[in-house]
Amino acid sequence: MTTGTEQPIEFYEKRMPIVTRSVKGKFRNFKTAVLVLAYTVYFGLPWLPWHRHDAASQAVMFDMDGRRFFIFDLVVYPQNVFWLAILLFIAAAILFFATTLIGRAFCGYFCFQTLWTDLFIWVEQFIQGERPARLRLQKQDWNAEKIFKVGGTHLIWLLIAFWTGITFVLYFGYAPDLLKRFFTGDAASAAYIGVLGLGLSTYAAAAFMREQICAYICPYGRFQSVMYEPETLAVAYDVRRGEGEKGRISPRGELKSRETRIEQGHGDCIDCGFCVQVCPAGIDIRDGLQYKCISCGLCIDACNNIMDSMGYPKGLIRYDSEANLALETPKPPAISWKRWKAAGYLIAILVMTFGLLYSISQRTEFEESVQQIRQPLFVILSSGEIRNRYQIRLTNKTDRDAVYSISAKNLPPQALDLGGMENVTVHSGKSVIVQASVKLEPELAEKYEHFTFVIQSLTNPADRSEESANFYNEHNHT
Amino acid sequence: MNQKTGQKPAPQTTGHAWDGDLQEYNNPVPTWWLVSFYISVAAAVIYWFLYPAWPIGGSYTKGFDTITYVNDKGVTKTTHWNTRALLMKETNEAVTAQKPYYTKVADTPFEKITKDPELDSFVVSAGKQLFSDNCAACHQQGGAGKVGFAPNLTDDDWLYGGEFAKIQQTITHGRHGYMPPFAEVLDDKQVSQLADYVLSLSKIAVDPVSAQAGNALFHSETAACYYCHGDNAHGRQEIGSANLTDRIWLWANVPGADTIADKEAAVKNVIRKGLNKGVMPAWQDRLSADQIKLLTVYVHELGGGK
Ligand code: SF4
Ligand code: SF4
Repeated sequence: MTTGTEQPIEFYEKRMPIVTRSVKGKFRNFKTAVLVLAYTVYFGLPWLPWHRHDAASQAVMFDMDGRRFFIFDLVVYPQNVFWLAILLFIAAAILFFATTLIGRAFCGYFCFQTLWTDLFIWVEQFIQGERPARLRLQKQDWNAEKIFKVGGTHLIWLLIAFWTGITFVLYFGYAPDLLKRFFTGDAASAAYIGVLGLGLSTYAAAAFMREQICAYICPYGRFQSVMYEPETLAVAYDVRRGEGEKGRISPRGELKSRETRIEQGHGDCIDCGFCVQVCPAGIDIRDGLQYKCISCGLCIDACNNIMDSMGYPKGLIRYDSEANLALETPKPPAISWKRWKAAGYLIAILVMTFGLLYSISQRTEFEESVQQIRQPLFVILSSGEIRNRYQIRLTNKTDRDAVYSISAKNLPPQALDLGGMENVTVHSGKSVIVQASVKLEPELAEKYEHFTFVIQSLTNPADRSEESANFYNEHNHT
Repeated sequence: MNQKTGQKPAPQTTGHAWDGDLQEYNNPVPTWWLVSFYISVAAAVIYWFLYPAWPIGGSYTKGFDTITYVNDKGVTKTTHWNTRALLMKETNEAVTAQKPYYTKVADTPFEKITKDPELDSFVVSAGKQLFSDNCAACHQQGGAGKVGFAPNLTDDDWLYGGEFAKIQQTITHGRHGYMPPFAEVLDDKQVSQLADYVLSLSKIAVDPVSAQAGNALFHSETAACYYCHGDNAHGRQEIGSANLTDRIWLWANVPGADTIADKEAAVKNVIRKGLNKGVMPAWQDRLSADQIKLLTVYVHELGGGK
C-alpha cells in the first residue's frame, strides 16, 4: 500500500528473525527455575482455595463489584490504595537497587516479556527442532511438513496466549464459576475483552515482537543505561583475554593449544559464534555492552561450555564490571555494595517496607468517617438546648458480619442520641450510615466544643477507632 | 540505520522535475498510518449505519440500532438509538435497582425502618435526593427552613405534629395555616400588650405590667387567642396553631431582632395582619405513596421526629 510513484524509503529496518540455539548451563538453569516458579504462581494462584466466611474461597481475588481485593488474609479496600503506591515505590526502588549492583538482571530472568518469549521459543524448538533445523525450515518452500510444523507452533502459541488471558481474568472472579460462565457465554463482556486483549498482546509480544519490545517499547530498557556505573556488574566479554594482540581466531591445528595461541598473540575466543547464536536479543556481546542486552547470561553459559570443551578456563564472558575489566589485572568479579547510591536505594527500600508493614498492621477492619451535618450547622430546640447532628458512615471490611458500638468521649451522659443504633450490625463488605445527634444546654456548649466519637468493634475487641468532632453553637460557628 | 550496508539509501523522489532540476522527495506516510486511516473510514461508515448521523432537510438518518425503555407512563418504547432514550433506559435500570429497597421500606412499619441500619442508610441517601428535588425549595437544602417562609424541620417543634403518621399526612395532603388579622378588633395598645405577653412566654424581659394585661386579653373573649393557641398557649396541632411558649419562631423573626422594641414590632405585625401564607402543597399527585413514605422517614430523621 504505497502512495508514491516509487518505493518509499525504509527508515525502519525490518525485523530480522532471531533463531536462537538452546544452551545448557547454570544461568539457563536459574532462568528455567524462575520460569517454572513464576508460571506456577501465575497460572495456579487463582485456583488456590482459602477459607473465607462469606466471600468466595479463593486465596487471591480482585473483587471489582465488591470493591475489595482479597490477598490471602489481607482485604484491601479502595481507601487503602496508597498501599499500592508504596508497593510500586518499593518495587521501583528494588529495581533501581538491583540495576545499580548487577545491571539489567530483572530483564533477563524475571520480566514477563522474557518469561513468555522463553516459553514460546521453547515451544518453537520443541516442534521445529534446534536452530539449524529451524533455519532450514524457514528457507524451505511451503509444503505439508512446513505447514504442519509452523501451523502447530502457532496453534500452541495461541493456546498459551489464550490461557494467559483467561488466567488473568480469573483473578477477578471466583475462578471455577467464572470459567464455566466464560465458556457458556455468561460472563461479563469485560471478561471477553480482557481475554481477547491480553491473549492477543501476549501472542504478538512473545511470538513476533520479542526482543523488539525490550529494545524499542520497554521504558525501563530506555532509562536503565543511566543507572549503570563503572562498578555495576554486567554481562561482559573480556576483550583483552578474548582477542589477545592479534585478535580472535578459530582453533586450527596447533592453534588448539592455549599456550601456542598466547605465544602467537591470539586470545581465547575461538570465534565459534556460539554466544551470538544463543542470544535472544540477537546481538554479539563481543562488540561490548549494548543497550539491547537483557543480561540473561545465556551467552555466558554458551561460552563457558566452549571453554570447557577446549580446556581453557571459564569466564571469557562473565558478569563483571567495567571498572574491574579496565584494571591491569582484573580481580575476581564481585558485587560492589559500598557505594552511596546503593546505600541510598537500600535505605529507601527498608524505610518504605517498614512503613508499608506498619500501615498494614495498624489497619482497622472497618472504615469510619464522621461527617458533621452543616445544613443547618446547629439547631436551637424548643427547650433552648442546642443540637448538632452527625452522620457516621461505617464500612465493615471483614469477610463476616460484625457488630460495632458507637459512643462518645468528653460529652456529658445523655447528650448523645443515636436513635437506638448504639450497637449496629454491619454486613460483610457493606456500609451503613448512622445518624447521631448531640444535644447540649447553651451553657455547656462552650465547654464541649470538641469531643470524640469512639467506635469499637464488639466482634473483634482489638478493632477500635476514635474520631474527633466539633460542637457548634451561635458563638463559634463562624 | 541499516546494519548490513552501514550506509543510508539514496533519497528517492516523486519523479517530477520542475525548472529543470527542482525535485520533490518521495516521503509517503507509513503503512501502519494508512491502514489505521482506512480502518477509521470503515468504522465511520459502520457508525453511520448504526447511529443517528446525517442531517437531511428537517430530519436526519436515524440508524439501524434501536434502544428499548419504559417511559414514565409505563409504556415500553423502542426507538432508534439516541442519548435521551439511553438516559431513560439507564433511569429504568436505576429504578429497578432501587426497587427492592423501596418495596422493603413500603412493607416495613416506620419504627422498624429506623431500627434497621441498612434500610435506614438507604432512607438517608435516597431521602436526601427526594428532599432536594421536591422540598428544599421551601425548607432549604438541609431542612432548616426560613423564618417567615417555611418551618424548620430539624428542630423538635411541630405545628402539625412530628409523629410518623402526622408527617406522612402533612406531605400527602399538604397544609394551610391561617390566623385572622386583629388590626380592626384590637387597638394599638392591646396589640402591644398581647405582644409583650407572647414574648414573656419565651422568657424575654418585657414590661411585666403590660405582659400581665396581655395575659388577660389573651384569655378574654375580645381577642380570644386562647381559642386557637390553647389556654396555656401551647398551641393545638390539630389546627396547626403555634406553641407560643417555646423559643422557636416561624412567622415573627424574634431571634433575628436585636432590641426588645424590634422583637415587639415583629410580633405585633403578625397579630395585626394575621397570616394566610402557611401553605404547603399536597404531594400525593406528584409523588408515589412509596416516595412519600420514604420522605416521611427522612424528615422524621432530620432530627425532630417524635
Ligand atoms: S548478550 Fe548475552 S546476556 Fe545479553 S541478551 Fe544476549 S545472551 Fe543474553
Ligand atoms: S562463545 Fe566464547 S569462544 Fe565462542 S565466539 Fe563467543 S566468546 Fe568466542
